[in-house]
Amino acid sequence: MLTILALASVVLLGIVPQQSEAIVIYTGWERHALVGSDIRLSCSFFSWRWTSDDVTFSWSYRADGARDAISIFHYTGGAPYLDNKGPFRDRLEFVGNPGRRDGSILLKNLDYGDNGTFTCDAKNPPDIVGRASSVRLLVFEKVPIQAGVITGSIIGAVLGLLLLIVVIYYLMRFLVARRVFNLSVSKHGKKGKGKEGSQQRQASPLVVDPSKLKAAASEKKKQESRKDKK
Amino acid sequence: MLLLLLGIVILHAAALVLLFVSTIVSAWTTGSTSSSDLWNNCSTTNGGYHCDPAYTGEWIQAVQALMILSIIFSFISLFLFFCQLFTLQKGGRFFVTGVFQILASLFVMSGAVIYTVMSPDWVPATEAFGWAYILAWVAFPLALISGLIYVILRKRE
Repeated sequence: MLTILALASVVLLGIVPQQSEAIVIYTGWERHALVGSDIRLSCSFFSWRWTSDDVTFSWSYRADGARDAISIFHYTGGAPYLDNKGPFRDRLEFVGNPGRRDGSILLKNLDYGDNGTFTCDAKNPPDIVGRASSVRLLVFEKVPIQAGVITGSIIGAVLGLLLLIVVIYYLMRFLVARRVFNLSVSKHGKKGKGKEGSQQRQASPLVVDPSKLKAAASEKKKQESRKDKK
Repeated sequence: MLLLLLGIVILHAAALVLLFVSTIVSAWTTGSTSSSDLWNNCSTTNGGYHCDPAYTGEWIQAVQALMILSIIFSFISLFLFFCQLFTLQKGGRFFVTGVFQILASLFVMSGAVIYTVMSPDWVPATEAFGWAYILAWVAFPLALISGLIYVILRKRE
């Protein structure tokens, strides 16, 4: 029974990937860069097949506001072909490793006109069905703060302060209860601070006792005198 | 007595719901083709409806943080109210609950004030303030009144 189940699962696992086989391409989502700097746009893919010798990478660029995309890079037959007529001539360099499924390109000396969407499409014959992936390039004068950094830090600071206040409050209550810090006025009207106060409190029961003894003695005397009188 | 309690809880819950809606919904500024809020700028161009993340400026993030903090403090205040309801001595005041609720209202006020002050930068002349922005301003006095009621209220029976 178990052997049948094992065989069935192996067969199913063998069949299913064949049907859902598709190449999956990974680029970043968005890249920020400063004017005049260089940036590396990475592109890699996942495929169930071994990397073939006919693997191809192509990059295309659509400027912000433009309707069409132009092709700027193509790697095929083992050789890269860079843009030599378009907006990126002499500014493009191939820094990828097709054998390692890496088709990254390097853009040099960025300008505000380079804002736009870069699309990478990779094919690994016979695995050619897949969706191209796009990365958005934003060129800034100075790199802005990441979204959410200030938000998170303000929230964290306020909640941390709240936690600190609560902890200090409970700590103070704990210390007062332990009589290490005696800040309150004691019962006999004497002000006590620190350990002296606790010592005074402990001393007072001793003061009370002699008077109690005296009272008990006077009571006894009174009773004796009453008896005598009777 | 029970009626009063119910009324107070409903007021608190209403302020909390207003805070939630105001923070989440994308309607702080509305125009004919676009609406934007604390988190996104959404616009309908001829390509369709698409959203970009909001300006990554420092002040908009401060407004986001203040609105979220006000929601958190209002939640904590509601929780503390129920705690104090069962543990407070007779004649005691819901002081801590009131303090948290008042702090929440102050945070909402600060957030709305910052947004108003920065609006010449953020709200173009062609657009108007949206209803979520108005909800934030309404939530502020509601939360303030609720907090003051807690401070004045004494526990009976």
